[in-house]
Amino acid sequence: MDTIQAYSLMCMIRLFEEAIERLFLEGRIMGTAHTCIGQEAVAVGTAAALETRDAMTTTHRGHGHFLARGADPKRVMAELFGRETGYSRGRGGSQMMMDPSIGFFGANGITGGSIPFATGVALDAKLRDTGRVTVCFFGDGASNQGVFHETLNLAALWKLPVLFVVENNGYAMSTPTARGLANPHIADRASAYGITGVSVDGNDFFAVRDCVAQHAAVCRAGQGPVLLECVTYRLSGHSRGDPRVYRSREEEAAAWENDPILRLETRLKADGTLTDATAKTLREKAQACVDDAIRFAESSPLPDPASLQEDLFA
Amino acid sequence: MRSVTFTQLIRETLAAELRRDPSVFLMGEDIGVYGGSFGVTRGLIDEFGPERIRDTPISEQALTGVAIGAAVAGQRPVIEIMFMDFITLAVDQLVNMAAKLHPIYGRPCPLVIRTPPGGGRGYGATHSQSLERLFAGVPGIKIAAPSNATDASALLQTAIRDNNPVLFLEHKLLYPQRFDVEDDLPTPLPFGFARVAREGEDLTIVAWSHQAFIAERAAAQLAAEGIDAEVIDLRTLCPLDIDTLAESARRTGRVMILEEGPKTGGFAAEIAAQIMEHAHEYLEKPVRRIAGADFPIPSAKNLEAACLPAYDDILALAREWMG
Ligand SMILES: Cc1ncc(C[n+]2csc(CCOP(=O)(O)OP(=O)(O)O)c2C)c(N)n1
Ligand SMILES: [Mg+2]
Repeated sequence: MDTIQAYSLMCMIRLFEEAIERLFLEGRIMGTAHTCIGQEAVAVGTAAALETRDAMTTTHRGHGHFLARGADPKRVMAELFGRETGYSRGRGGSQMMMDPSIGFFGANGITGGSIPFATGVALDAKLRDTGRVTVCFFGDGASNQGVFHETLNLAALWKLPVLFVVENNGYAMSTPTARGLANPHIADRASAYGITGVSVDGNDFFAVRDCVAQHAAVCRAGQGPVLLECVTYRLSGHSRGDPRVYRSREEEAAAWENDPILRLETRLKADGTLTDATAKTLREKAQACVDDAIRFAESSPLPDPASLQEDLFA
Repeated sequence: MRSVTFTQLIRETLAAELRRDPSVFLMGEDIGVYGGSFGVTRGLIDEFGPERIRDTPISEQALTGVAIGAAVAGQRPVIEIMFMDFITLAVDQLVNMAAKLHPIYGRPCPLVIRTPPGGGRGYGATHSQSLERLFAGVPGIKIAAPSNATDASALLQTAIRDNNPVLFLEHKLLYPQRFDVEDDLPTPLPFGFARVAREGEDLTIVAWSHQAFIAERAAAQLAAEGIDAEVIDLRTLCPLDIDTLAESARRTGRVMILEEGPKTGGFAAEIAAQIMEHAHEYLEKPVRRIAGADFPIPSAKNLEAACLPAYDDILALAREWMG
């Protein structure tokens, strides 16, 4: 993935998420969703550093990760619309989508629930010696779950090729990191398990990409897991309809100055990789892709309730 | 024919499955050199090594979640939860991940969770429970609860080859019991077929796991008194063989259900309801449950006995009905 592709992908994820927020307001999609506006550099930076054989698990805030990994936006959108053509045929919704054929193993909507799951994918890689690295995304809030600690210990003990990527986006729902974590430096937790812990600017596409590449190589070399903390900020609300009463508009305005897309764009323009005109064209293409996805989803058939009868068991 | 303990036949079955399929591996606490709390995996590490007979830290949620991830990635993990009581720490992974994989994501999850439920050993309130009820109401998890060595072996083979999560109950009182079995391991047994352990015309006793073992003995004693009891050993709770149950209920008109766990909210209640739905017009007597007390299982021998379903209650109810 070159930087122009990365830029396009980050724009597409942003526009996808903005569309989701709009579609909720318009009552065209139901349920809930958690958008990753402001965190696109983590998703795309990580995906840019991975190989085809690698794997990824996500969280409730997972559209960006999935799209960055190569999901078809049409099928993600169709899942949100509850259509047969969605990744989980409308059964999963926003938080439950998976496509192992592109090394994407999804999430399940339980905060922290994917942490051992990802580690099991890594155990498989070790047992079959496939050289696969599994990236396990989770949030600052999830790092307070007991299973995070259980799993880091186990993964370190067995030297499993799993890269734990915690997106410290400042909040777990309404709880600021400083009020949820006795030590808000999540990377420090690595030392408790004798593994490397690194913190990186999660709004810097290049920093994330290079850091993931460097530490994925460590995992791949059989030296065990690494805990990578990407410090970022959730510019969107927690989920649909979040009035964001727990933080000020001033704080948000300052955070928008640090928008990862803006930062990448500025940098690419400064080094001559991107012009205003190409940036505009790329954004329009990304918007067209999202619009297509919505059209595809809305024109897809509803799932057939009768199909549930046969599918409880494999 | 030969005589083996339940433990021995489970161990032989695990070994055979490990030999048959390289994607099968075992994982649990102290299952390696130590051989597991009940000695079921004793010696397996010598043949299969520590990668496939994998000791874990005391982290039930993590080890269960790791097994689920490995299963989805292509392995066939068989995990051991040392006592069924400890499965509470793994409930999230089983209920929110394993059970959802096929119905929601369309992904197979070939996982077996072996665990010993049950009291009778004085282990106390947190090492004696029968918690299958926690999972019976969670669509997406199969439950096997054999009462004898041959069924256990046959069902365990099926469980390991199945592409779904299977909770596999090995009642701790069955482990040391000896059974006459064929020289070769039995062939795998499909789930969802109850065993008519004894045919009878007067009344039906429905049970699973160790209670089915007890029911057979009770029926033999009743036979000596001239009461002809049919014993149905469910073998699997999910899927449930309601056809066999309903047929028997229609024929005898009297059904008692044995359950080791507390009476309230148990699986016996579910069976009773299904029998009512399928056969109520044939019933001579209301369906009755003989079950554990609604109290945590105490440790002292006499207190524990007071909280487990009583053998004599089976006989007494049969005599009351047929007297
Ligand atoms: C076990 C569990 N507890 C609570 C929730 C409700 N919940 C969903 S997301 C969330 C916040 C998670 O925070 P974090 O891990 O930091 O991720 P972020 O939302 O910031 O991406 C909460 C409390 C849940 N889904 N699962
Ligand atoms: Mg957070």
